[in-house]
Order: sequence, then C-alpha cells, then structure tokens
Amino acid sequence: MKFTTTLLASSAIVGAGTLAFADAHGNMAKEMTLVSWGGAYQSSQDKAYVQPYLEMNEGVTAVWDESSAEAVAKLRAMNEAGNITWDLVDVVAADAIRLCDEGLAMEIDADEMLAAAPDGTSASDDFGDLLVSDCFIPQIVYSTTFGYRTDMVGDTPPTKICDVFDLEAYPGKRALEKRPINNMEWALLCDGVAKDEVYDVLATPEGQEKALAKLDTIKDNVIWWSAGADTPQLLADGEVVMGSTYNGRLFSVIEEQKQPVAMLWDAQVFDLDGWIIPAGLSDERLARVKDFVKFATDTQRLADQSQYISYGPARLSSAPMVGKHADLGIEMAPHMPTDPANAENTFLYNYEFWADYRDDIDAKFQAWLAQ
Amino acid sequence: MVALTPISRKPVSFYVPVVAAAGAVAGLFVGTANGSGLLGILIGAVIMGALAFVLTQIVKNEQISRWATIVALGIVGFLMGGIPAMLIGAAFGWFFSWFSFWLYEGRYRAKIPPYLTPGQVLWHYAFRVICGAIFVFLITPILVVMPLSFNAENFFTFTPEMLRFDPAGYSLKHYQDFFNSSDWQGAVWNSLKIAPAATLLSVSFGTLAAIGLSQPHVPFRRAIMAVLISPMIVPLIISAAGMYFFYSRVGLQGTTLGVILAHAALGIPFVIITVTATLVGFDRSLTRAAANMGANPVTTFFRVQMPLILPGVISGGLFAFITSFDEVVVVLFVGSAGQKTLPWQMFTGLREQISPTILAVATILVGISICLLTVVELLRRRSERLRGMSPG
Repeated sequence: MKFTTTLLASSAIVGAGTLAFADAHGNMAKEMTLVSWGGAYQSSQDKAYVQPYLEMNEGVTAVWDESSAEAVAKLRAMNEAGNITWDLVDVVAADAIRLCDEGLAMEIDADEMLAAAPDGTSASDDFGDLLVSDCFIPQIVYSTTFGYRTDMVGDTPPTKICDVFDLEAYPGKRALEKRPINNMEWALLCDGVAKDEVYDVLATPEGQEKALAKLDTIKDNVIWWSAGADTPQLLADGEVVMGSTYNGRLFSVIEEQKQPVAMLWDAQVFDLDGWIIPAGLSDERLARVKDFVKFATDTQRLADQSQYISYGPARLSSAPMVGKHADLGIEMAPHMPTDPANAENTFLYNYEFWADYRDDIDAKFQAWLAQ
Repeated sequence: MVALTPISRKPVSFYVPVVAAAGAVAGLFVGTANGSGLLGILIGAVIMGALAFVLTQIVKNEQISRWATIVALGIVGFLMGGIPAMLIGAAFGWFFSWFSFWLYEGRYRAKIPPYLTPGQVLWHYAFRVICGAIFVFLITPILVVMPLSFNAENFFTFTPEMLRFDPAGYSLKHYQDFFNSSDWQGAVWNSLKIAPAATLLSVSFGTLAAIGLSQPHVPFRRAIMAVLISPMIVPLIISAAGMYFFYSRVGLQGTTLGVILAHAALGIPFVIITVTATLVGFDRSLTRAAANMGANPVTTFFRVQMPLILPGVISGGLFAFITSFDEVVVVLFVGSAGQKTLPWQMFTGLREQISPTILAVATILVGISICLLTVVELLRRRSERLRGMSPG
C-alpha cells in the first residue's frame, strides 16, 4: 500500500502537466480515440469523415490507433482492467460478432442511432442484410481476391480461381493468407465441389482433409502472408506470380503505383468492415461517439469514402453516388468489388460456419502448415 | 616495418588451388544470383584457377595483368547484368589479380614473424577473414536499407532504374513524407519526450540504488538487487502485461507519465549494473577523507564520488536511453494512441503498410546513432588524455 501511495504522490507532483484529458465541458467529450487498420484504408476514413467532422466541431480532437488487427484481444484486456480507452473500433464483421457475443461491444438500434437515407428509407432498410450483428455498424464491402503479374503469366492470363492451383500453366510462387479462411473454400471449389455445397463439405473431417490435400498440391510454391501489405510488396518485387489480398490493396498497386499487376476477380470472397462501440463508455464519451457515428455513416459520407479507396459503400443509397477517385480522376465504380462485371462469380463468406468451426479448422490448418 | 622473412616464389600447386577455392566462393554468390549455386562454384573455381595460372606464369607483369583482369571481368559483368554487375566484376578482377600475385610471390609472409609454421600463417589470415565475414554479416542488413530509402517507388524493391543508377529511380520523397507527416512527427516528439525523462529517472534511481546496495551493512542486499534487476530477466511481455493491469488500476495507463515510469523501470537495471561495476574500484577511504575535512554526505557525493563513477553512470544512462527509445512491447500496453512512440509507429507502419518511409526513418536513426557514438567515443578519449591515462 505504501508503495502505491508513494507512487501516486510522486506522479501527482511530476505529472501534473502531462495529464491533459477530456474535460467535461458541455455533455460531450472533446477527445475521441478511433481504432482502425492504418494505411490507405484509415486515410480514406480520415479524409472522408473524420477531418470534416473535426472541422464542423471546433475543439474536438481525434486520435488514431492502428490496432484493429488485435482489437478483440485488446478489448478483452481493457475490459478485464476496467479501463476502456477506445471510443470507436473498426473491425471486420467476424470480429464484431465475437465482440458482441462476449458483451464487449455495445448493442445498437440502427434506426435510432444511424441517419436515414436522403429519400427517407430507414437505416435498417438501407443497410439491409449487411447488419450481420446487433453491435455492428457496416461501412464498406470489401473482397479478398487475387492479383497477378501481367508480365509473368505469358499470353494467357489467369481467368479462373482454379488457375491458382494450376502449377503447369502458371509456374511460380503464390501468396496465400496464413489462415484457413478463404483458402479452404477456394481449394474445395477447385476440387470439384459445387459452390453451394462448400460449407457442407467443409463441416466434415473428410471435407477438411480434402481441402488440405488440394492445398498440398501447391504447398511448396506458397509464400504465406499475414499482413495486407505483404502481397502487394511480393507482387511488386516479382517474388510471386499471383497472390491473394484485399481488393483495395490491389487497386493501389495497379492504379496508384502503376505496377504490372492485374485483378483476378473470379470467386472473390465478400466481407464487411465497420464500427463497433465498446461497451462501458462514460455518458460524455458515448454522446460524442454517437454524434460522430451518425455523421460518419450517412449516405454522403460513405459515398465520399469511395473516392479514396476501392471498397463498396455499405449503404444501398450510397451506391449511385460513387464518383471519381479524388487524386487520379478515374471512375471508381469499375474498381468496386460489387461492380456487375467484377461480381460475375462471387463467393459468400459464411459467418456462422466460421464462428462454429474456426478453432477446430485453425488447429488442423496450423498442423498441416508445420508438416 | 622491415621484411623480416625471406620472400620466395611459391609453386603452382600451392597458389592455383587456393585462388580456385576463393573463386568458388565468389562463384557461389554469382551462381546463386543467377539460379544455380553449384554450377557457379564449379565455373568460379575453374575460371579463377586458370586465371591465376595465366597471369603469373604467362603474363608475369603484375600491372598489365591487373588492368587486363579488371577490364575483362568488368565486361563480363556488364554483359551479365548491366552497370552494377560491371562494377562488381571489376572489383572481382582487381581482387583476384592482386590475390594471385600476392600468393605467387609469397608476399603474404612478409609482415609476419619468420618463425610461424604454415599452420599458424594460415590461421593468422583465416582469423582475419572470419572477423571480416562476421562484420559483413552484421553490417549488410543495415547498409541494404540505406539505398532503398531513396527509392522512387513505394515498395522495398531495387527497381531496374535504381540498378542502372538512373537518377529517375531515386527520390527523397520518403524523407519528405517523414518530415511532413503529422503521425511521424508526433511519434518523434513523443519519443523525444519519453526517452530523456525515463533516462533521467533511471539514472537517478539506479545510481542511488547502486550506491546504497554497495554499502556492506545493508540487509538483504542480494535479494533487493535481484528484485531491482528482474525487469531485465523477466520476459518483456510479462512485465508489460503486469504493468498494464497495475497502471490501469492506479490511473496511469494511457498517460505519458505511465510510459515514462514503465520505461524507467526497464532502464534501472542497466544503470545499477554499470554503476555497481564502477563502484567496485571506488576507494571508500576517499569518502572518509572528505568527511574528515568537513564535507557533508551530499557534498561528498557530488564532489568526490560522482566524478569518479561518472563513466559508469553515463554508460548506464546511454543504455537506459536506448532501452526507452527502442522499446515497443511495453509502450503498446501501457501507452495509448496519444503516446505513440517512434518504434510503435514503425511497428504498425511495417505491419499495415510496407512503405519505404520506415527505411528513411531507419536511415536517419542510424545516422544519429553513429554521430552519438562518435561523440561519446571522442569525449571518452579526450577525458582519458586529460587524465593522462592513455599515451595518445
């Protein structure tokens, strides 16, 4: 005890000047800590709605924390320590579902908290099926898909997902994500399983073996990635012929960095990304976050975000407002994963399946990797 | 130095195989770069062995053979991989022509004592080669980073333009990005606030602890010492998690002060160890003499003891500073986004966005470290000279 008191006493003396935090002027906190993924995606959020919001609300500051990749673990620790330092967290839908189930994210009422569409459609209808969890506020639709080096595939560029497994036609290394999700589905699709039966097959141990056996055929030629920036780097280096990553990263490689890379949209896997509000915020901070979220997820703001990155806005009403890239001036619609030409053959990620089977299949996948 | 050892020409059967072996090593590198290491070893050994024989037995003139080899291998390099390979080829040419004559004429014996056996001569040079190899192994990763930080593209890649030494392949844009980005500047500023403050705390507490613990009458000295040094031994992640929960309770988590205290705790062991080491050579009769002449303990400390243990305090402080400045694990737990330090920014930057801005920052930091260490070394030499400890 004596140690704690001494520590507190000395901290009061030394740190009086350094502890400048949200003071309770009015009923909204003046500072927000936003958690996101860093890189081009975070900067699109910053430009599309964080900076405009700060301009409208003088005296409010926002701090970014690039910790979305470990959001679940960190929120658990914060909850345990009784000290929630984040105000708004950007997570993929699967993480939002987990956080909601564990009670770490606040449940929201979409119609009450989110703005209606300009034509008066309620928020819950505007977001529609994308509200996959009671805690989740969707922002964008992204996809995990393949890019390939145009100068390394000869005269017949790959057009089908199964070309990834075809070492004869496309020799060389491939970059795949170091986790079973998506890879197992693609493997089964290319092993002759029909699209609507993939998850039924994958639920059985034989099906899992089958998927791993298919992956085994290319295992020696795979470089496993774990961060979204890895595949773009490997493609730019010419270390791999093709590789999977998020479609926005590939857009940046192709259009902004002008690398000899092209998209392979076949069997792209759609996923969602959006906000959750951590449970247990103080009233002032919650009031500020609610005010911000209402602004940041309205129809115009989500459409604005697509000027900076090629992810589809999560609102139906934003889709017609998608315009040109802010710097490059090219039309963004053809680069969206949801564009009809790109979405000819898409694969729907099954959240419930992975929530149930993830631990089991993860273990098998890691054991297979180590063989 | 006078050549003590008689120099004599060596038989072909000795130096041609040695040059061939060196050629095999060079061939391994060239071969690996071109797809087949084994083939490279073979070709390198044959070419260099033959070259050594031709130069020493047929051409015989060292000047002519040196220039001829440089030009010939330079051209081979140019044909294989453009200008950069030409430079490497020319360097190889210079080295192998010199190496052949050096062995052939027995010059390698010139500057070493005449009584050494061949085995000792071999070890004499092998030792130098091994030291050089270790040095190269340690320094290359740092050197590779530097040219890449001037890349005109946003990837960690040597582009064809860079390899051609085309100015268009180089740019300062990543440096510009570093100086213009508020994220990076904020991180630098945080690091510059946190590291000196943490150093100051570690140095004050660490020095006091070391002096106290060096008094023979303090009870449980060893146990207390072990506790104080534990942050150095306990895995960092465990200290970090512990600090996170403790600091959350007392309201220090997510504050600059919290990060400073955490880093001070990590730095204290370094100061204690270095100061304790210097205190071993400290003569206690000096403090008694000072007291005898009327100085109180504080005056004694600052006027007598401190100047003598200062080298230990400074090097401990340097370690404490580097610990705080390089630290990423503890700050990820104890800090929040407002205390983002330079290592934190580099860590997230590397994971989310592989951008050469990190390389630019790394290059700047390496430059600063070199300057810092040079200054410290110069100061050390100066003080030694003033004290008459070294002849220089």
